[in-house]
Amino acid sequence: MDKNLQPIVEKLEKELGATATEYRGDVSLSVPAEKITAACQAVHGLGFELLSAMTAVDYWPQETPRFHVVYEFTSVSMNLRLCLRTPVPGVSPTLPTISGIYRNANWRERELWDMFGIKFAGHPDLRRILMPADWEGHPLRKDYPLGYEEPQFTFNFEEINLRKPYAKE
Amino acid sequence: MGVEQKLGNMGIATTTLEQAVAWSRTNAMWPMLFGLACCAIEMMSAQASHYDMSRFGMELMRPSPRQSDLMIVAGRVSRKMAPVLRRLYDQMPEPKWVIAMGDCASCGGVFNNYAIMQGVDEVVPVDVYVAGCPPRPEALIHGVLTLYEKVKGIKFAEEKK
Repeated sequence: MDKNLQPIVEKLEKELGATATEYRGDVSLSVPAEKITAACQAVHGLGFELLSAMTAVDYWPQETPRFHVVYEFTSVSMNLRLCLRTPVPGVSPTLPTISGIYRNANWRERELWDMFGIKFAGHPDLRRILMPADWEGHPLRKDYPLGYEEPQFTFNFEEINLRKPYAKE
Repeated sequence: MGVEQKLGNMGIATTTLEQAVAWSRTNAMWPMLFGLACCAIEMMSAQASHYDMSRFGMELMRPSPRQSDLMIVAGRVSRKMAPVLRRLYDQMPEPKWVIAMGDCASCGGVFNNYAIMQGVDEVVPVDVYVAGCPPRPEALIHGVLTLYEKVKGIKFAEEKK
């Protein structure tokens, strides 16, 4: 672990009761969902100015809770990176918003709502951002159908051609 | 002094109205820019000096659908883009044609998933499909010339209303 990152991680571990794991120099802290706002506030206060990434992972069906929301912070002034992970259950997944602390979390939380169906309580404008507004479902969930269409080959070309929805004038 | 003395024997060429109209349509076809992905790069280079599509009367790519009569759909069309594509197509004046450039626009290509239209022919009627991923500029020009053959064969009586 970076010698400048060490005291910060120890401080956060003590404050939040989080556990740190390290993989090849990248440190990630596992934080319970109810403490995520406090954790982000603390991280912001410790000099991590930038929320460089915010994403989620769907571990269905192997793990419960099903989702992990991942926050990736960068400190430009100290040249450090830090990662927070929050497990979120699969039934009506909800987290408090951090768009008040990091402004760019606004769109990232909209993306997570769009792709995973994770709600962010207190978000100013929680709409879909990538998919059309009338879209049903959340495409990056593991149980979402791929929407696969059977490819046309010589032997089944005519059969598929008959039921293809060609546009009329 | 009459004009025939100045210009020599002008001669007379006879043709049908259909042929004259087809000639004017094919030699001044204004394609609309619809670059959506990497195919657009090939479309640009087909326009630029190396391939010079203006040899076939297509020197103007219009950004406005109201001034164009050919839509070259270059790239994959997402389901969110599809209503926009149809709207632009509806804004083009008649007569109008569509070229689906590349595998993605023709049949979805490698993107066989929920987000991409499996062929732009689900949204607009396509006249010519150009295969390739992306097609080379020669392939696009060949597609355009194939469309010209189609346009030259149009009879007024059969034309779409």
